[in-house]
Amino acid sequence: MSKIQVKICMGTTCFVMGAAHLQELVEILPEKYPDKVEVSGVTCLELCSDASKYTNAPYVKVNDDVIADATIEKVLKHIERLLENGQE
Amino acid sequence: MDKNNQTAHLKREILVRTIKAFFSDNFEENTRLIPYDMRPKGSEVPYRCCIHKERDVIRHRIIANLGLSMENFDERELISNYAKQASERKELEKEVLTVLESACQACVPSRMFVTDLCQGCVARPCVESCKFGAISIQNGRSVIDGSKCKNCTKCMQVCPYHAIVKIVVPCEDACPVGAIEKDSSGHATIDFDKCITCGKCVASCPFGAIHEKSQIIDILNRMKEGKKVIAMIAPSIAGQLPGTIYQLHTALLKSGFSEVVEVAQGADITAVNEAEEFAERLEEGAKFMTTSCCAGYNNLIATHLPEIKPFVSTTKTPLYYTAELVKKQSPDAITVFVSPCVAKRRESQENPNVDYLLSYEEMGALFIAKQIDVAELEPTPFKTESSREARNFGLLGGVAKSVEVADQGKTEIKPHIINGLNKQSIRELKNYAKKGECECGNLIEVMCCEGGCIGGNGCINNIKTASKAIQEFTKNCKPLREAPQKSEDEE
Repeated sequence: MSKIQVKICMGTTCFVMGAAHLQELVEILPEKYPDKVEVSGVTCLELCSDASKYTNAPYVKVNDDVIADATIEKVLKHIERLLENGQE
Repeated sequence: MDKNNQTAHLKREILVRTIKAFFSDNFEENTRLIPYDMRPKGSEVPYRCCIHKERDVIRHRIIANLGLSMENFDERELISNYAKQASERKELEKEVLTVLESACQACVPSRMFVTDLCQGCVARPCVESCKFGAISIQNGRSVIDGSKCKNCTKCMQVCPYHAIVKIVVPCEDACPVGAIEKDSSGHATIDFDKCITCGKCVASCPFGAIHEKSQIIDILNRMKEGKKVIAMIAPSIAGQLPGTIYQLHTALLKSGFSEVVEVAQGADITAVNEAEEFAERLEEGAKFMTTSCCAGYNNLIATHLPEIKPFVSTTKTPLYYTAELVKKQSPDAITVFVSPCVAKRRESQENPNVDYLLSYEEMGALFIAKQIDVAELEPTPFKTESSREARNFGLLGGVAKSVEVADQGKTEIKPHIINGLNKQSIRELKNYAKKGECECGNLIEVMCCEGGCIGGNGCINNIKTASKAIQEFTKNCKPLREAPQKSEDEE
């Protein structure tokens, strides 16, 4: 059973645009989904490298899916969906 | 309310766009186009009633980013002309805050309100508890007579169904000194004679209607003119962005600053001077002394709390000592204080050695516009490395701790911390001044923002992680008492 990988982009752009707030996920997720989710803050995912993409920061990657304008709620919903579909 | 919400996202996006416009081939025209770029024809209307209102509010936020007052705004004028005006400005406007009337919701006035949860009970504790006779029972329900009610909230506290609520106006509620009033149309206005520029209203408004007037265009213009622009970074900066303070040093150099110095350097001097002053005062019979480095607190003393002045340390702020050192070494340089704090805008404007202020939020926007990723950069050391205690100044209790360390156990220090200025803590301070003593301690550290400087309204990171990052960084820094002591004899 492979764990769902959650990567919070900690690049400067994402951090300023709201990832500072997403750091809470690092505490929330392991509590909520022990053994099912692995979460970490990672260096710039380079999703904002296109000059106009910063407007949709912060970005979070859940497995291979990119979540733009990420919020805690959005990330949680996405994880729920993956778990429901049995992609544990 | 957490600082990283949708209004912060919106504000920061507009700030990045304003900075990008500055670096483009046509600043004025591209600034004018920002509202249309953000809300192009046919786009979604996320927050307001229609696309025109969305654009209008964006336009007003740009005015604040340009460092101009909405109070003087003429809506017939093109934004490009305002961009030009900001670009040509040599002097800053006096007031540091401005209310965007177009963004202001004109919230219903603050009052007590009986909701539908009222059961019209037999006990009627609300009627009983009201000292002003403002509550009566009509048609089996409590009714509040607005002309008699004094908003004391007693009824709210006693209702067993929690049926009575206080309707608040967030900015009014957050203002510790009653400087916000409503104008005849219900919009918020700031009484600048009362305002202590603490910035609590900025953070509290869910519509983001109160703005700091940015000085970023002035700073970028001085860089463009080829001036030597020196960044003086406040200690709390260490916990703001992923990456080390040495990488941040490199990032600031990359974004156009010629040199970067730590304000912690000045904090080292503040700590030593304040410890000496404290020992002297106690010897002379004083019962307590308060710290003096918080700008919000200093503004409060000047406008609302003169009676506490005799108990306030006369030691200067870390920014004061740092700016003095920098200007002595480079008299022609432009100095920019990189700051967590709105109140420091006033202190900076009053200090001839400080030319401009850049908030952490604005610094972050500058990095985004320049596509600088701090954590990827090589580190750059500082010419003068500051002490652990000085670098902890931005943490709650950090100032009192530095005085304790500087004192080296010679004086009996009992620290007491005022964690945030609000109506209650201001009352407390008034009380200490009146009695000439404080039962909770003899060294009172006063912090206008909850959590200390890392709780400042210009901050990006939340208090918890910022605090952890600073502690992680400073635990291996040299202690204050081995640090080189400078200019102790200056005063």
